[in-house]
Amino acid sequence: MNAPTIAVSGATPDLEVRSVSKRFATHVAVDTLSFSVARGSFFSILGPSGCGKTTLLRMIAGFIQPDSGDIAIGGRSMAQVAPNRRPVNMVFQHLALFPMMSVAQNVAFGLARRGVGRAERLRRAEAMLERVGLAGAGGKRTDELSGGQRQRVAIARSLVLEPTLLLLDEPLGALDLKLREHMKLELKQLQSAFGTTFVYITHDQSEALVLSDHVGVMNHGRFEQLGTPQELYYSPATSFVADFVGANNRLAGKALSITASLVEVDTGGGWVVRARRHGEIAAGAAVEAFIRPEAAMLGRTPAELPAGQTAHSGEVTGMLFDGANSVVLLRESRSGLQLRIALPQTGAYSDLTVGARVCFTFDPERAICFPARAASA
Amino acid sequence: MWYRRLLLALLLAPALLWLFALIILPHLDLALLSFRERVAPREYVASLAQYRTFFGEPLYWHVFVRTALMSAIATVLTLLVAFPIAWIIAKLARGRMSALLFVVCLIPFWVSETVRTLGWMILLRESGVLPALLVHLGITREPVELLYHDATILVGLVYTSLLFMVVPLVSSLESLDNALIEAAYDLGGKGWSILREIVIPHAAPGITAGCIVVFMLTLGNYLTPTLLGGKSSQWFTEQIYTQFITRFNWEQGAAFGFLLLALSTAMVWLGLKISGQRFSDVMRRA
Repeated sequence: MNAPTIAVSGATPDLEVRSVSKRFATHVAVDTLSFSVARGSFFSILGPSGCGKTTLLRMIAGFIQPDSGDIAIGGRSMAQVAPNRRPVNMVFQHLALFPMMSVAQNVAFGLARRGVGRAERLRRAEAMLERVGLAGAGGKRTDELSGGQRQRVAIARSLVLEPTLLLLDEPLGALDLKLREHMKLELKQLQSAFGTTFVYITHDQSEALVLSDHVGVMNHGRFEQLGTPQELYYSPATSFVADFVGANNRLAGKALSITASLVEVDTGGGWVVRARRHGEIAAGAAVEAFIRPEAAMLGRTPAELPAGQTAHSGEVTGMLFDGANSVVLLRESRSGLQLRIALPQTGAYSDLTVGARVCFTFDPERAICFPARAASA
Repeated sequence: MWYRRLLLALLLAPALLWLFALIILPHLDLALLSFRERVAPREYVASLAQYRTFFGEPLYWHVFVRTALMSAIATVLTLLVAFPIAWIIAKLARGRMSALLFVVCLIPFWVSETVRTLGWMILLRESGVLPALLVHLGITREPVELLYHDATILVGLVYTSLLFMVVPLVSSLESLDNALIEAAYDLGGKGWSILREIVIPHAAPGITAGCIVVFMLTLGNYLTPTLLGGKSSQWFTEQIYTQFITRFNWEQGAAFGFLLLALSTAMVWLGLKISGQRFSDVMRRA
């Protein structure tokens, strides 16, 4: 992959990863990966567990040495620089606050290591705690704080050192759902308030989409796609991205006929759908088509559907009510495939019951078809 | 709920019986013994004479202070030797290797203390293995006597105590989250500052527990100082032994015993005060 540069023109990117590889005994964790992160941006690395994202983050932090390639931070190569000398700080997965120290001592720890005098570092720690909304909490023990406050201490402890780059290793993973939603917003606000470049790794696509300016979707040590959250969602570059980002209906099948932009896919049971073509596809080749739940439209009868679009039919197998994210599960009549279709927010179809027969349709332009992956996940 | 109380009492009975019959009762008797003086055959009066003898006779309190100091030195040495071992077992070795290292520390204890100490004597005596080796290597011209030095006693004591320091240290270091060390390193810490700011404060209860156990064992050790130090060992337990067995002066021996008990209590209290640890926290780690 060429190095996709997303830097603001003229400015040196804060992080440049150039053809970095890391191999462990049996597998390649990171495979000749190159990318750069613009100053002041929020960059996420999104991938399933075992995709190599933690290895990549630990190489940036300096805990692991890459086998080949180079990592430059703020324009300076980090090849021979130990973690304690890099202009990088890390927020650990379980935060790793020092339980033997007070909150203020935690924040002042890095300053003390830099030889900042006692009075000065306590002043700076207190000022930093105020900026993250923890004024006056300096004397508390870390276990007296709530989960959200602990996260803010972990960030304050790093940001007080004014790093070029802040690395975050799934810090929201251990929090409960409600707090996680809250901390997502708070992270975003902190990042824009401080203007520090954040590099964030996560397996949660919602975190990556909500927080990031740019996201790299990682799989088997490589980026499948690097782009804005909107690009990932609306124009996935590979079937992996289409599958991983957002809840998607995946239909495996065979290409029947190919026009300039559309592919007719036979899903196996004689059900034929049309989808936008992505990549080289020959007639008869195995393909994967993806339809977003919200791209499909429901109707009780074909007449309720917009004219001019192919009507499909199915049987309701379940209703998953989740407020604005409610979906109906149905089994397509001919193929028996399971599909998720978003319920309109008007509440129009909220009275559907299991076993009811419905019609649905979708714009082929909003469905996408890829050549099948060698070993589909 | 009377039966619950009865059940609790029954469950505790063996422990209480053991505590009372084997610890409290003999100590009460020894306490009474230590506060009396024989004025004529089979005639005793209550007095502080035994304790007065201890303070009046320089040899006794000299040996007493020496035992305390040597025990303290042995404890510190044991800590210094055990810490890297515990670090390797808890943090560096993985799985089987860690278990194997633990067993290696345990192996000497499969042999009785007497045999172990006699083994040291075979190695260190003038006609022993080590002096012969030194001559063979040309380091000394004639075999030197390596037994009966203070250093020999310390080596023996450290060797005997090592396991009792390693165990609490390993358990306290194992509970230290590696991410804390990485975080400290990430924030600019170096080896020494991480040890001082993160590792030692975390392991403090384990360190204190190990030190208390080792200090008590060393202070009350009889065999190792006697065999490795010979006549010059001047260990306080020897004085107690002499009073009870050789002199048949049980009153004096009992008084010495209580002085040793007071000494170890005082030293433990002092150690807890200095390290700022609470006894209950420490004992949970031991």
